[in-house]
Amino acid sequence: MTAPGSRLWFARHELRLAWRETMAMMTAGRAGRERQVAIGAAIVIVILHFVAFAALRHLNVTALVGDLSTRIAVTAAMILTGSAMLSQAMENVTRTFYTRSDLELILSAPVAAERLFAVRVGGTALSVSLMSLFLLGPFIDVLALEGGMRWFGAYGVIVAVSFTATALGIVLTVLLFQIIGPKRTRLAAQIAAALIGGAFVIGLQLAAMFSMGSLSRTAFLLSPFVAAHAPGPASVFWWPARAALGGTTALICVLAASACLLFATIALCVPRFAAYAIAAAGTSGRRVSGAGRRRGFRVRSAAAALRRKEMLLLARDPWLISQSLMQLLYLVPPAALLARSFSSGSRAAIVLVPVLIMAAGQLAGGLAWLTISGEDAPDLVLTAPVTPTRLLRAKVEAVMASVAIVFAPLVFGLLFVSLWLAGVAACGIAASAASATVIQLWFRAQARRSHFRRRHTSSRIATFSEAFSSITWAAAGAVAAAGSWFAGIVALIALAILAGVRLMSPARTNYTGTLKKSGTGRPIEAR
Amino acid sequence: MQPRDFCPALEIAGLSKSFQHPAVDKLDLTVKPGEFYMLLGPNGAGKTTTLRMVSGLLQPDAGSIRVFGVDAMREPIAAKKLIGWLSDEPMIYDKLTPLEYLEFVSGLWGVEPKIAETRARGLLGWLDLERHANERCEGFSRGMRQKVALAGALVHEPRLIILDEPLTGLDAQSARLVKNVLADRVQAGCAVIMTTHILEIAERMADRIGVIAHGRLVAEGSLSELRVRVGHSTLEEIFLSIVEEAA
Repeated sequence: MTAPGSRLWFARHELRLAWRETMAMMTAGRAGRERQVAIGAAIVIVILHFVAFAALRHLNVTALVGDLSTRIAVTAAMILTGSAMLSQAMENVTRTFYTRSDLELILSAPVAAERLFAVRVGGTALSVSLMSLFLLGPFIDVLALEGGMRWFGAYGVIVAVSFTATALGIVLTVLLFQIIGPKRTRLAAQIAAALIGGAFVIGLQLAAMFSMGSLSRTAFLLSPFVAAHAPGPASVFWWPARAALGGTTALICVLAASACLLFATIALCVPRFAAYAIAAAGTSGRRVSGAGRRRGFRVRSAAAALRRKEMLLLARDPWLISQSLMQLLYLVPPAALLARSFSSGSRAAIVLVPVLIMAAGQLAGGLAWLTISGEDAPDLVLTAPVTPTRLLRAKVEAVMASVAIVFAPLVFGLLFVSLWLAGVAACGIAASAASATVIQLWFRAQARRSHFRRRHTSSRIATFSEAFSSITWAAAGAVAAAGSWFAGIVALIALAILAGVRLMSPARTNYTGTLKKSGTGRPIEAR
Repeated sequence: MQPRDFCPALEIAGLSKSFQHPAVDKLDLTVKPGEFYMLLGPNGAGKTTTLRMVSGLLQPDAGSIRVFGVDAMREPIAAKKLIGWLSDEPMIYDKLTPLEYLEFVSGLWGVEPKIAETRARGLLGWLDLERHANERCEGFSRGMRQKVALAGALVHEPRLIILDEPLTGLDAQSARLVKNVLADRVQAGCAVIMTTHILEIAERMADRIGVIAHGRLVAEGSLSELRVRVGHSTLEEIFLSIVEEAA
């Protein structure tokens, strides 16, 4: 029995909430699916082991003994993982300040709130570790199987990296809070988190592109340029890599240092968290004025009203924009490659086509969810004298217009490199975006726009099929860009995937379909 | 089909809806034009389900709904043109200003832009929201949001106004404003059907009161008619007595 208000008591409380929320996310809120989830997770772990085996089968693991190339590769992998962890940690810490739910209860209770915050920060470190262990564990297992037990040290390194990433996440978020204030920190931290998450990969790609003319990160990392600029073999910089390669002393040092860093950060920063949370609460009443003052009413039809509403809502939500357009950040290296191809006339621009097609599908999927499922006033829209078909058509038009606005300049740029490539890219973008949109249409479920980041929980089939569809269209585009008639067959496979998804989608007769089930008509919260 | 003035504003016959259990059970109900009809009932009696079916938000299992003579199930678009709906939970867009919200609603109902703007500004003035007309709704209090939603329900000048607990969360001043707006609409010939748990409001505003329990209409009439029937003086006593009898 733990004393109420103690750290352990809060930890139990948080663990129970986290477990229930995770299960709700995994089961999409449906009761009695725990066994299926457990079986599904086991299958995913097995599949990940096969993926790891396939990915590492050409690697001579026994030859990886700590030479410079191995150290560079292992360190790069850790920085890559660490940047993703830092991104996740920043998001979690920011949420600690801004999510109200039970915070007002805790802050108004006669308990030391910093205990709860300390537990929540600890929980962030734990969740960040677990996610990385889940994804990277199979690769470590395969390395250990082929290269010996020493590779199991990599598990400890992942934990150390997660501790460090969480500590850095806390410091960066607190710095943002101090520098730009509670009003702007939420958005800034979320954008920063997304940028950090992609910065390392994009940076590597850009470096590879400018130094070697390709997008290959591996080739760049193993290049003489990197080897020449790497620190000396005795440098502390290589300790995490040494730990991952089986160095026991290095592992103990890395683990101890990261744990000290995390505990020191918690001890220094967490006592201020309650004040930050209260300051963050004071920002909710802000009022933005000025918009719409200059123009009178112009909208004449329901379709125009819906299109304008969707565009306004998308344009005015910087957080949603940052979330949905962040995928486009990955277009920066290909865009740079396009610029380079344009000047050099090389055929490297061919790789752009699948990247653009893939990105279009992903962007369209996110936007389609926002406009079709993420309706904050479903009652209003459903009681309007507009047919469901018109309603949906207007929403789809808003999605496709947004995708067109984003990708048109890139396709236009491609036009100067090759007419054929531009044509293939345009067709592929249209097909990929349309496919992602119809998948969202078939799997629509009413939710609040603010639940955008949890949209994948409403339907796993929709999530996977959206990804498969985009990948297949990208493959078709790549083959077509290379000038092969085989592209037609790949496109047919993409269409077959769509047909299969349609068969699996819930039967829908009209736009009110989802409301018949809920009865209340309230948006179904993403649980 | 054009609405017919001699028809009841709302005519419900044999309306049924079941979820796990029957929520509305063969309900018959009529509201006349220019009438303020108050639908009362204990929690879970079927009030909201009934109103949601009338508004086209739920598909009935059986029965018919006519709005000014228009069959709402056969011609939902024509019926929706005549209806204004407001729920207890104001569903508006945080990132739009009240004026933009009303422009959107007017667009949905196909109101001429100039007419819509005049009406929107008038409603916002009436509801004491003029100063906030160009502020985004994200910082609004619950009461302000409810008033914006009410303006949205009225901007297309519906002939049947359906309100589900519209006064929830409103302060006394705002509640008074809303009541005045509704009374004006009734005087102009609109029909209002409203649910509330605040019996004082029902007592003061309703032309007729319907009490629903277990999905059925168990009593109906003006306050004086109900007094005569049940034999109590206050609506609270009448309501409790009817509900107890129905149980």
